[in-house]
Amino acid sequence: MNGRNGTIALGVVLVLLLGSALAELIPTPDFSNHPIPTAAVPGTTSAAREYLDVALLAVALVLATYWAHRTRSRRNLFLLSLASLFWFGFVRQGCICPIGATQNVAMAVWQPGYVIPLSAVIFFVLPLLVAAFFGRTFCAAVCPLGAVQEVTAVRSVRVPRWLDHVLSLIPFVYLGAAVIFAATGTAMLICRYDPFVALFRWNGNANMVIFGFSMLALGLFVGRPYCRFLCPYGAILGVLSKFARWHVRIPPDRCINCRLCEDVCPYGAIDPPSSAPSPTDVARGRRQLAIVLLASPLVVLCFAALGTQLGGPLSKLDPEVQLAEQIRREELGLTKITTDASEAFRAARRPVAELYAAAVSQRERFDRLAVALGIWVGLVVAVKLISLSMRSRQSDYEPNRNGCVSCGRCYWYCPNEQIRLGLIQTPEDLVKLQ
Amino acid sequence: MAGALVFGSLAGFLGGRKGKADENRWQLDPDKCMGCSNCATACVLDESAVKCLQCFDMCGYCDICTGYFDPNYNALTTAAENQMCPTGAIIRNFVEEKAGQRFYEYTIDEKTCIGCGKCVKGCALMNGSLYLQVMHDRCVNCNECAIAQSCPTQAFLRLPSEKPYLLKKLAQTLIVNKARDPKQTEARALINKVTRR
Repeated sequence: MNGRNGTIALGVVLVLLLGSALAELIPTPDFSNHPIPTAAVPGTTSAAREYLDVALLAVALVLATYWAHRTRSRRNLFLLSLASLFWFGFVRQGCICPIGATQNVAMAVWQPGYVIPLSAVIFFVLPLLVAAFFGRTFCAAVCPLGAVQEVTAVRSVRVPRWLDHVLSLIPFVYLGAAVIFAATGTAMLICRYDPFVALFRWNGNANMVIFGFSMLALGLFVGRPYCRFLCPYGAILGVLSKFARWHVRIPPDRCINCRLCEDVCPYGAIDPPSSAPSPTDVARGRRQLAIVLLASPLVVLCFAALGTQLGGPLSKLDPEVQLAEQIRREELGLTKITTDASEAFRAARRPVAELYAAAVSQRERFDRLAVALGIWVGLVVAVKLISLSMRSRQSDYEPNRNGCVSCGRCYWYCPNEQIRLGLIQTPEDLVKLQ
Repeated sequence: MAGALVFGSLAGFLGGRKGKADENRWQLDPDKCMGCSNCATACVLDESAVKCLQCFDMCGYCDICTGYFDPNYNALTTAAENQMCPTGAIIRNFVEEKAGQRFYEYTIDEKTCIGCGKCVKGCALMNGSLYLQVMHDRCVNCNECAIAQSCPTQAFLRLPSEKPYLLKKLAQTLIVNKARDPKQTEARALINKVTRR
């Protein structure tokens, strides 16, 4: 009993001491002839520059679309992409870009209190709008990341079809993950793993530099690796350009099936005409489609099940969850090594229970969102399988709407284009037609 | 159809812009700051956007300032080896001698300060009048602030761009009081840029 009273008394004394220590700052002296100044803080830089960027984006999009569709000028597109690389890349140092703006939109939707700048909304929507009508002309000559890879695509090898199909699913997974991490306020994956921002700034952390320059090196042999196999924004653009009313075509008027353009796309985005299927092929195709259609709910379900296991690993990227785990390990005596964060946490005297509660609620959010991510990936895989099982019916060489970035490299190889430019008289001047 | 889709999303996003609220700016909460020095190195700018500020109204004008002098100083002089600040960004000026005590004023030279927070850590031993802030004439407002990412105390937060600064809770009370005096234009200017808590 006595001992307990003693402890309480000691506690009270300690609290009083602590309280007085906090309250008793050294008083600011009362000078006879010296007023106490106030430090000034600078104002906010104006948003004018942001709107200049928006205006430049709009102009560049119009020019790119005009040059890709009307004048079919590869040279102008290339020069425009250099200009975009200069401004959006090296001058604006890769910020603001529509790819990253995807995360701001996700944050505006899911994060209370976050206010999205109008410029970010416009940057996100404008290229999508253009893609929905004219295809990916944004990728052709406006995107600085595309421009870097366009310049360095010197010796592109053909990626095997099957590999191309598999890898082209990654952007959708990346998109889903980026949205989840932005929505939970954990990280901005797209910005953190932007491949070329280190090049634009000539500065950056080791991850950025290694990733960026290996991407650049890969781009020498595999055309536009980031655009095709990673870019989450390109994934949305690709889907929208499927519905585009006007999309670039290889010939200026009609295709003569001369096969000259067959291998010229460094991005593997030219589809050959489909051959007439034999009756057995048709029957087999139908059976395959039926199986895939029946199996697709199962695919979605499988990925959703996978998603239930992902909540834990994904939440480990959250700083609050990391801190909670570190504190827990320290409390249990599992580790003697403290981190900056755990030391700061203890110095701030924040209740441990509160931290754990915050971490648990964040973990629960991740559990829910990981299932959503699983369902999303399942849907993407299912749609891919279904589209692979459907027979495309086309009689001409056409750009693949998903993959074509409207760069205009193929125009030059078309005999009809050369006729249009007045360089030759008939296609036979170039190629012997069968 | 695609057009309608995109137009619809545009309208949706614009509607989703939380009414007429201000856009956001990064700032750090000085009450959470531990002076870990990450601010000086983690910023994407070559010269960090984070700088030290002095809240004179909290300052004790100490002779032996724990924010100014290195704990292992040789002498109480302005020689570099005695100073805490690695760049000599704190200017020490004698003000007055009262009752045998010498008082000095410590001012931050904004151009020289690198935002390392060494003085903040030192000053925290006494009054804690030195504190770090993101300066918005320098900050480029990255989507994900690189310092926020490396901040061990998660002291970074987004504030409305009209009032992008934060004061320590104690300093806020003092400055608000000070700004009641109409002659204190500087205090009024400061408090107008501060998000109050």
